[in-house]
Amino acid sequence: MPDWQKWRKIKYEAELDPGFADKIASIPGGEKLFKCIQCGTCSGMCPLSPDMDYTPRQIIAMIRAGFKKEVLSSHTCWLCASCYACTVECPKEIKITDIMYAAKRLAIQEKVYPKRFAIPVLAREFFNGVKRQGRSNESFLLTRLYLKTNPLQLFKQAFLGLQLFYRGRMSLKLESIEHKNELKALLNSLEKEPLMKSKTGTPVATGEGAR
Amino acid sequence: MSYLYFPGCSLKSTGRGYEESILPVFEALQMPVKELNDWNCCGATAYMSINELTAFALSARNLALAEKQNPDSRSETVNLMAPCAGCYLVLNKTERYLKEFPDIRKKISDSLKSANLEYKGKVKVRHPLDILVNDFGTDKLSKQVKNPLRGLKIACYYGCQIVRPYAEFDDQHNPITMDRLMQAIGATTVDWPLKTRCCGGSLTGTIQDVGLRLSYIILREAKKRGADLVATACPLCQFNLECFQNKMGRLYHDEVNMPVFYFSQLIGLALGIPAKKLAMERSFVPLKTSDMAKIMEGGTNVRS
Ligand code: SF4
Ligand code: SF4
Repeated sequence: MPDWQKWRKIKYEAELDPGFADKIASIPGGEKLFKCIQCGTCSGMCPLSPDMDYTPRQIIAMIRAGFKKEVLSSHTCWLCASCYACTVECPKEIKITDIMYAAKRLAIQEKVYPKRFAIPVLAREFFNGVKRQGRSNESFLLTRLYLKTNPLQLFKQAFLGLQLFYRGRMSLKLESIEHKNELKALLNSLEKEPLMKSKTGTPVATGEGAR
Repeated sequence: MSYLYFPGCSLKSTGRGYEESILPVFEALQMPVKELNDWNCCGATAYMSINELTAFALSARNLALAEKQNPDSRSETVNLMAPCAGCYLVLNKTERYLKEFPDIRKKISDSLKSANLEYKGKVKVRHPLDILVNDFGTDKLSKQVKNPLRGLKIACYYGCQIVRPYAEFDDQHNPITMDRLMQAIGATTVDWPLKTRCCGGSLTGTIQDVGLRLSYIILREAKKRGADLVATACPLCQFNLECFQNKMGRLYHDEVNMPVFYFSQLIGLALGIPAKKLAMERSFVPLKTSDMAKIMEGGTNVRS
């Protein structure tokens, strides 16, 4: 594809993914997505919209239109801090925060999240840690996070870690629960559940293929 | 009334000061509290981003355990106190989604069954702010104050997840429960518009320049409004607002130097519990000595 073709933002119908909106709308209460009036209240409330490549309102519009690749590879959902400011003010009661979570999950599933971006790694490490121990261990979590994304950060943060440790706020003891088997049985029983179902059954293509 | 207590992972590590002050305060007020036995991680926001159903299942196990360990056999509802705003929201959200969406309820109760657990829906997730204001009462609290925090100006910072998306016990736009508690122990609260603005959450650890700016905006506003300190009700807010002040100073060329304490530590001080027993020394930015003296002299050294 010639370079200038990549800059094109307007799309032909055939380049969109018509099943994408349904897939996002399959989360609990997600069908309200189609009621969006594009008023922009969500973007106005969002403390992070100045840092986003697409504002929450744009993301909603793009989801409805089927801009799957753009939505899943945008920084927006990873910048979302789950503060729910948008959700409580939306005149159409759209659960925008939950939609951001759904976008994060799909992006991880399809491996299209921004490369070496710390947040998906944090989420994944957290997930694995809790699965093993039943509890999250902040000091181990952060160490693994920095080792995987940006080892230099580890040294930059070491001073803070030391200060926390000195004040007894960072423990080197691995916290875990007693009945790990019970938790394992609980989580394993859900393993077979699909993350999100697509009503139209359109297979969701991965990153490059969606181009 | 007795309460079951869900600490959550933060209150056992970076947010220890919260646990170490809320428990002595409840003890001093003779409110029985028992830690939930074998609790697991609530599911938190990071878990939601990997798999929503597992996040609900993690929370549901805690709810099921709470139901089983009901400390008050006479009462039908089990009061589960969750001081961490993140845990409070996730447990609450799970409770609501289990009621609202039969589909989720079915899947979750099946998976609970495979772990020999059951949840009937009797748990009420409560925040300590709610318990102290609505169960205990501010009048009763002010009668027990030994060292009124008179002359101290406090900016009450609620953060996002206590009142959003569910305003269970307080106003969504201008919450007042913490302000009322602080007034009940003799302090003055400042009127400011950023009570529920996002502190950046885990962004301070992931995309730090963005996260720090959000926290800095809150501290700067508190300072502008003349606050001596910020009171919080969430371990992540406390961490974000307090631990990066040096870095903010370098980044924004502004000496921040604003103490950030848990509301429970301040109530503890007012009740006459020594600062040492409230984990105040775990903080990076101490209270100014003049402010501390004010408290210790029982408010005789009034500024105004
Ligand atoms: S606030 Fe709601 S209706 Fe308005 S643009 Fe955002 S999602 Fe759409
Ligand atoms: S929940 Fe996310 S998208 Fe909504 S206002 Fe907060 S940061 Fe913005």
